[in-house]
Amino acid sequence: MQLLMFYLLGFGAVISALLLVTNKRPVAAAMSLITVMLCLAGLYVLLDAHLIAALQIIVYAGAIMVLFLFVIMLLNIEEKSGRLSNRKIALQFVGILVVGATLIAVAGLIKISPAQVTDGFGTTEAVGKMLFTDFLLPFEIASILLLAAIVGAVILAKRRIDD
Amino acid sequence: MVSLNSYLILGALLFSIGAIGVFTRRNALIIYMCIELMLNAVNLTFVAFSKYLGNMDGHIFVFMIMTVAAAEAAVGLAIIIALFRNKETVNVDAINLMKG
Repeated sequence: MQLLMFYLLGFGAVISALLLVTNKRPVAAAMSLITVMLCLAGLYVLLDAHLIAALQIIVYAGAIMVLFLFVIMLLNIEEKSGRLSNRKIALQFVGILVVGATLIAVAGLIKISPAQVTDGFGTTEAVGKMLFTDFLLPFEIASILLLAAIVGAVILAKRRIDD
Repeated sequence: MVSLNSYLILGALLFSIGAIGVFTRRNALIIYMCIELMLNAVNLTFVAFSKYLGNMDGHIFVFMIMTVAAAEAAVGLAIIIALFRNKETVNVDAINLMKG
């Protein structure tokens, strides 16, 4: 059952990712990306990462993708050709294929037998406890980063006063 | 039981597809989406290792990556809006002001 779910979600993610890369229209590409994220959320549930699965849907598929769709809507881009850039494209393509094949080969070599999963692995309680004890400083720094991002986004996107 | 290798191979596949998108597409918005896809592939690898090593540190890393991705999306999209306002295009081939 677990294997079946893995293959189902995995194939869904890969096919949606290919659709994302090949699609001409930005809105359709955004929809494929949302499908990829939903499939990944399912995989996180298979991996006992319940909090991360919920965050994946709320933050990624929810907040970030809505932001993308808003910008697509705002800019109203009509893509004239949507063609792939043809300069040096073959070289880049081959390079990425080689790197990807190497990554996959290395991934296939690693052998780790699954550890015994303790009770409450990946729940909000367990992750939250770690976040507020061992990782308190990174957590607080993340809030500063978000504040900087908010200020930066407002300053970059607002119209200049003189025009 | 799904082996760790399957998850790692899936992560590598998604990462490579994202990289192909970044290098071949010319629409800045789609390039951003492909970068998000690459970040997601890394997240999957983190969570898979976390499960198979029985150590939850990976979940914290994923949490931080999501924070950074949200910040990056907000600032990046603001930059794209500013670019579109100035150049009326989001084609990255047309944005070559700093090209030597």
